[in-house]
Amino acid sequence: MTTVDSLSAKDLLGIEPLSRDEIQLILDTARTLSDVAKHPIKKVPALRGRTMVNLFYEASTRTRTSFELAAVRLSADVVNINVQASSVVKGETLLDTARTLEAMTVDFIVMRHGSSGAPHMLARNLKASVINAGDGQHEHPTQALLDLYTVREKLGSIEGKTITLIGDIQHSRVARSDLIAFTKMGAKVRFCGPPTLLSADFGALGAEVHHDLKSALTGADVVYVLRLQFERHRMGLMPSVKAYTQQYAITSERVKWAKPGALVMHPGPMNRGVEIAPEVADGPTSVIVDQVANGIAVRMAVLYLLEAGRTKRAAAGGVS
Amino acid sequence: MGPLSRTGESGKEQRDEGRTTRNAGGPRAGMAPRFFCGLMGPQGATQSLDAAGIDRAMVRIAHEIHEKNPGRLADLVLIGIPKRGDTLARRIAAVLARDHAVVAPVGVLDITMYRDDIGSRASLPKPSDLPGSIDGKTIVLVDDVLYTGRSVRAAMDALIDFGRPKAIQLAVLVDRGHRELPIRADYVGKNIPTAPGANVKVELKEDDGAEQVLVEEGNG
Repeated sequence: MTTVDSLSAKDLLGIEPLSRDEIQLILDTARTLSDVAKHPIKKVPALRGRTMVNLFYEASTRTRTSFELAAVRLSADVVNINVQASSVVKGETLLDTARTLEAMTVDFIVMRHGSSGAPHMLARNLKASVINAGDGQHEHPTQALLDLYTVREKLGSIEGKTITLIGDIQHSRVARSDLIAFTKMGAKVRFCGPPTLLSADFGALGAEVHHDLKSALTGADVVYVLRLQFERHRMGLMPSVKAYTQQYAITSERVKWAKPGALVMHPGPMNRGVEIAPEVADGPTSVIVDQVANGIAVRMAVLYLLEAGRTKRAAAGGVS
Repeated sequence: MGPLSRTGESGKEQRDEGRTTRNAGGPRAGMAPRFFCGLMGPQGATQSLDAAGIDRAMVRIAHEIHEKNPGRLADLVLIGIPKRGDTLARRIAAVLARDHAVVAPVGVLDITMYRDDIGSRASLPKPSDLPGSIDGKTIVLVDDVLYTGRSVRAAMDALIDFGRPKAIQLAVLVDRGHRELPIRADYVGKNIPTAPGANVKVELKEDDGAEQVLVEEGNG
């Protein structure tokens, strides 16, 4: 049983600031809220009258839609800012954009930005709750939370499990957030990739660093395949995509190196045939589709618990 | 704190603070005063219903439900508001089966996401568990204490999101008055007039170990 009943911070900027109890609380709350999707009326009035803005400076369909559905199922109103069509192209600064949104009395700002720390800057300057939906190569907390949730649902627990993340670790905020999240919850995290995409520095953060796929997968409970982020690569990090695929692609043969029944996960979108073979992505132990469904429940929990924390602070501040 | 604020752990109305009224103890309740150590320190508490009194209330409510719903007994569903309402719903169902040969399914309805006071109390959602479709059913909502009526309002909203019942009735162990909404109970175990700030504490052996209803004086 958890001992906290709301999130203590105004914002969700990363996994790092969350306590183990808070993570547990989010997962437990998400579990209950996942029922809403099964109701005849797939929404509850908890956040009626609240407004959430999706402010995405980088392309995303899955995360943005997931946040939108999470908000809608809690009866909040949602505004999507299409950055390409907004004042940003006219030169407005990030902070001005955010202040403009706040003047419109927005309660939640869900933000994805190419620069690490952009949501933190916003959070410091605004009263609205800022939720980091991915900042540069730094963190993507709700992805890590839905990954924890998925592993807990499928394997029964997180503690003591071994999670191997394979691929472009260097450019992956998912890898960073997952490392912090799974380590915090008592699992062991292994990183695997070519040296150009995985520096040995990750060892200092608590990950086991592997460059050999077989050793990385041996004994793993979860095979977590990362997307090869072509758009972030400058030339020269890999000899060729073909060379990467030959050495690190997760095929039906290689997935057998992990524990029997090991879960196969991927944050999407997948490059089928590059980092993951289609028969693995669609295989019996793949939970990639579950990750998407769980993402909505986890984001509902985050929105609800941030709101609960905010109301609680307001009540505490209002009573002398 | 005003009358709208809430405390406690089960998602129900606030029942603390203030003062009990003189006639809080019923004729069959044990009148021996005892001290109860609440969060605010020792306070006077009066037992208003004992185990036998709660049992009689359940038997009477089951009898009244049976009497009031001729021809609809096959479609009867008892739905408790956690955490003590679902315990009471199971007890009423047991009496209906024993004394009236009526088999009424029992469900649990979490109202956390329908409340109007997110965050002002510990309010974590818990799973609801309804016994199948509620379309066309006669629902008896069961709660331990009826106070402002806001929990019941939230429960009706929640229920209606699950389907279209034929009717919704309300059964409570205690009606302590001070309604803030136009809501009344169809079945009442005991009316206990109270001061607005008094705390009516229901203890059931399944949830609390003890079995009694206490009225605690508030510190106002």
